[in-house]
Amino acid sequence: MKLKPETTEKIDKLVPRYPVKRSAALPLCHLVQEDQGYLSNEAVEWIAERLELEPINIQELVTFYPMLRTEPTGKYHVRVCRTLPCALAGAYQTCRKLEEALDVAVGHTSEDGLATLEFVECHADCGKAPVVMVGEDEYTGIDVEKALEMAEKMKSGTLPTGLEVHTEA
Amino acid sequence: MKHVDEPGYSNDIDCYIRNGGYEDLKKAFAMKPEDICAEVMESGVRGRGGAGFPAGMKWKFLDRKSGKPIYLVCNADESEPGTFKDRQIIHQDPHQLIEGMICSAYAVGAKLAFIYIRGEFFEGYRILERAIEEARAKNFLGDNILGSDYSCDIIVHRGAGAYICGEETGLIESLEGNRANPRIKPPYFPAALGLYQCPTIVNNVETLCDVKHVVSMGGAEFAKIGTPGNTGTRTWCVSGHVMKPGFYEFACADLTLGELIYDVCGGLRPGRSLKAVIPGGSSAKVLRADERFTGKLKNGTAFDWGIGDIPMDFDSLMACGSMSGSGGVIVMDDSTDIVEALANINYFYAHESCGQCTPCREGVPWMRKITARMVAGEAREEDADLLNSIADQIAGRTICAFGEAASWPVQSFIAKFKDEFVEKAREQAARRKEGKDAAKETVLI
Repeated sequence: MKLKPETTEKIDKLVPRYPVKRSAALPLCHLVQEDQGYLSNEAVEWIAERLELEPINIQELVTFYPMLRTEPTGKYHVRVCRTLPCALAGAYQTCRKLEEALDVAVGHTSEDGLATLEFVECHADCGKAPVVMVGEDEYTGIDVEKALEMAEKMKSGTLPTGLEVHTEA
Repeated sequence: MKHVDEPGYSNDIDCYIRNGGYEDLKKAFAMKPEDICAEVMESGVRGRGGAGFPAGMKWKFLDRKSGKPIYLVCNADESEPGTFKDRQIIHQDPHQLIEGMICSAYAVGAKLAFIYIRGEFFEGYRILERAIEEARAKNFLGDNILGSDYSCDIIVHRGAGAYICGEETGLIESLEGNRANPRIKPPYFPAALGLYQCPTIVNNVETLCDVKHVVSMGGAEFAKIGTPGNTGTRTWCVSGHVMKPGFYEFACADLTLGELIYDVCGGLRPGRSLKAVIPGGSSAKVLRADERFTGKLKNGTAFDWGIGDIPMDFDSLMACGSMSGSGGVIVMDDSTDIVEALANINYFYAHESCGQCTPCREGVPWMRKITARMVAGEAREEDADLLNSIADQIAGRTICAFGEAASWPVQSFIAKFKDEFVEKAREQAARRKEGKDAAKETVLI
């Protein structure tokens, strides 16, 4: 598996900071997922070997933690908060609008690969509900109208994917 | 969070220092660690994460004689629905947390500390990483802090979307690189057998910030804020059907639930009336707007309150049969379909059960399925009793408090609004009789 040099550098710096190597498992899953877009079997095996663990020790994390994924997302990874405070502010309507505008069912990636739409649990910004995340960027107060605007911007490619910032940092 | 609303206040270290930042750290280093612990005990500060356990007591349980390293862990997994206070501290005043953590680590004798931050806080993670670098560059962190013989490092560790990581032993499992299955207590009290089976203190973000203020003003002065047993300030996070949702910091018991909703948050939307409030994050038992709350407080004082009269503090909300929990106040007006609201909450807990204990793994999804069926047009009059019987068989029968967290909403929604659960079934039957679709279009699920 080929990782970007900056990922390898981050991993090499991170692992020795932990008193026990295995503690670096979740951080490594994040770093490799950010590098590759998702965690393939090969990635799972690579992380396990790097930490002197068995692949199952990593696989059980991948299947437990909702943010770890085994498939790539579309260009835009859209996560709408579903939980009660957002729902009281209209999150279900927001999500249905995004489904319709992006022509994608919740939990799936659109056929053209433009967007993956997920309905997820609380993002902890309930005072500005409904909350939508695109990649690592947060958008607040997304009612049906704003959802439509966001979808249009995704289609025209003018909305940031929310991954740019991270690459810079 | 006294500075964050000031114009020009930024989250970098220079701004923090200009406003007196890290002075309390210097003060702490002039004190003996045990004296700081004594001040924290005297301050009466209670954990801000949900349980409200006195922090000084938690620290006192620390096994200092084991000879093993001691760890401090900041719980920044903020994931109780309705709660968003830790996010504000991390984004707007990260150095306050770091200063509070170094004071705390010094007091408990930890040389390595962790901030377990929820994975969705991408920006918060980067802010903390940068803040820690800044603090290290100024020797507030690292080797021989401020020329002392005390060294300490902080690692920011990202979670990956699992609510159960907010439970302290689940968090520790996660930090060790495992699934976040909580540990059974006893024997696994973190203060004795925590991270790597070493003595560990796990405190919430807001609690660790409070330690900085305890060092600053002394435990006795800190205890004067609020009321006896409910000391310090709390950041109430208000969401749902109010005009001005947001986070508001007040001294404990400084205002009532009514003042918070109507004066601070601008009241309800025009033409709407209050139906229910969940006062401490979605696990807290719901309060019905027209209830009377009567009884005796811990200190023996009798009370008779309407929902708006309840003082916002730990003990008053507990006396009303609920809890202040994580400070997440979810307000619902009369447009809210109560069965849908519970269906929404059940969906959350069914999704978040770690699956370790059978009553929770099986029971919570059953509750989700029942409420989902009810809103889908197949409600039965006996569903409320069925839900209750399942909830009663989960609470108290699991390793961690998630069992209660998932059961309390069900038990309290049914106790307070049973008529609406029964009515749902009758209404659907009537619609079916008229040849209409039994299910109505849903809003919350």
